Amino acid sequence: MSIPEELQYTKTHEWVRHEDDVVTIGITEHAQDELGDVVFIELPEIGTSFASGDSFGTVESVKAVSDLYTPVDGEVVEVNEALNDAPEKINEDSYGEGWIVRLRVSGEGDLLSAEEYEKLLEESE
Amino acid sequence: MLNNLIRDRGREGRRGYTLPRFDVERVSLEKVLPKQSLRKEKPRLAEVDEPAVIRHYTNLSRENWGIDTNFYPLGSCTMKHNPRANEAAAAVPGFAGLHPLQPEAQTQGALQVMYEAQGFLSEVSGFPAVSLQPMAGAQGELTSILMIKKYFEDAGDEKRTTVLVPSTAHGTNPATATMAGFGSKEIGLDEHGCVDVEELRAMVDETTAALMITNPNTCGVYEHNIPEIANILHEAGAFLYMDGANMNAILGRMRPAEAGVDVMHFNLHKTFSTPHGGGGPGCGAIACSEALAAFRPDPVVGKSEESYHLARPEKSIGRVAGFHGNFGVVLKAWNYIKMHGPELRDVTDMAVLNANYIRARLRGTYRIPYDELCKHEVVVQPPKGKKALDVAKGLIDHGFHPPTIYFPLVVKEAMLIEPTETESKETLDDFIGAMLELAESSPEELQEAPINAPTRRLDEARAARQLKARW
Repeated sequence: MSIPEELQYTKTHEWVRHEDDVVTIGITEHAQDELGDVVFIELPEIGTSFASGDSFGTVESVKAVSDLYTPVDGEVVEVNEALNDAPEKINEDSYGEGWIVRLRVSGEGDLLSAEEYEKLLEESE
Repeated sequence: MLNNLIRDRGREGRRGYTLPRFDVERVSLEKVLPKQSLRKEKPRLAEVDEPAVIRHYTNLSRENWGIDTNFYPLGSCTMKHNPRANEAAAAVPGFAGLHPLQPEAQTQGALQVMYEAQGFLSEVSGFPAVSLQPMAGAQGELTSILMIKKYFEDAGDEKRTTVLVPSTAHGTNPATATMAGFGSKEIGLDEHGCVDVEELRAMVDETTAALMITNPNTCGVYEHNIPEIANILHEAGAFLYMDGANMNAILGRMRPAEAGVDVMHFNLHKTFSTPHGGGGPGCGAIACSEALAAFRPDPVVGKSEESYHLARPEKSIGRVAGFHGNFGVVLKAWNYIKMHGPELRDVTDMAVLNANYIRARLRGTYRIPYDELCKHEVVVQPPKGKKALDVAKGLIDHGFHPPTIYFPLVVKEAMLIEPTETESKETLDDFIGAMLELAESSPEELQEAPINAPTRRLDEARAARQLKARW
């Protein structure tokens, strides 16, 4: 299971990429594998503010509906509209075209390194 | 192979009937009906002969899977046998022919059945007050939480905004909280798969309206801390609601009221054996403490001297169903309870024994995340490298309805198996044999299943992504 070194992670299986004061958030390869085929995603509206730990949307697979959590405080500046028509991008390219949302960060939350996330996955096995 | 649509089997002009000759004057429809009531084109009805109609529907009916054709161990749904004596009771002309608007004087028998059913549920739950109105489990939940909401409104307590829900809860629990206007917060589990009491203690405060607990929970485990959980909530002025979906595990053995529960719902269609599974009809009757009794939906059945009547509880939340709720379901449940009498607790004992027999025989081959004495259902996981979905599809080839899979959400690759008390040891052994055989199959072989069903594996993801819906 791929866990790119340059990204940061959450205990709830989101990944985070920092670029200046904007973060891109998606779900990890492990998360999409556990969920199975994603069939629907509910995205937040641009301009909405979230505090770290808030649910900013939901992802629905053939197995279950799950909340998506932001690990940072911030305001939504961009959402991946392409997922509305092609939610399977989350399964096919979870760290690339399957990105979900971009937030302008106003406060940092608890994040894990790639190494720490890998350990978390091992422990949960 | 799936049948074609019956329309596709027809030929223009073919008929399965002959009408008698006209012996009245022909009248054109345009003359007697307003224009907007006339069809613009003819209806596309099947043009087929009678044998084609009979064969088409008989063949379709033979592809039906249900409790009357196959073992159906669907966890958290209690698909037990529906005794035909219930149907006989419901078919008695005096009941079957009733009209809901008939005056009370003419419906005393039906009202007596409802009154006695309220009493039976009271006896089983330990609560003084019952309502038979809600028409399904989820509506029973909503009714209960709306009663709690109205209680706080009545008491002028405006701070109660949150309902707590364990991570093993049925998805309808947080949905109920939201529908009733509360926010919901999730509570984690301890190592036994039960509500984490310390986490609960830390979360409960003056904004907590209620905790929605399922007991036994959806892991099939009895929430043994329930009196302590009730205390924590009561000390904070909040209520304990119990989802009674799993009542088949405690019937006659535990009264929720005595464990500190304030309000609960029953699924008469599960626990008391009325047919279900096709979306209804059901009955999600509720039972509650004295404190909440005045808020029950309207109407309940009361008795004065020798006659029965409908009554509106003093501070009722109002109506949640039309007329008397699903009276037919109540009648069948009443019949089931009357047939069992005090031996109703044998239902629980056998249901629990059957589930534990399956647990014991699958242990070692399947993984059992909470491997202790379970109640009426057991959660197992397929051997590593195999998917619950594939095993479930494989069971179809063995002639069994698959159990609930991927629920509860807290267990990966969960298979939630509920055998119920109405299955013989031979049926359970056949099922266990199939499960053990499937565990030995190669993953590639399993992915092909089902091969003996009318359709092969359906592409559920494509069906959901490229939804073709008409309404």
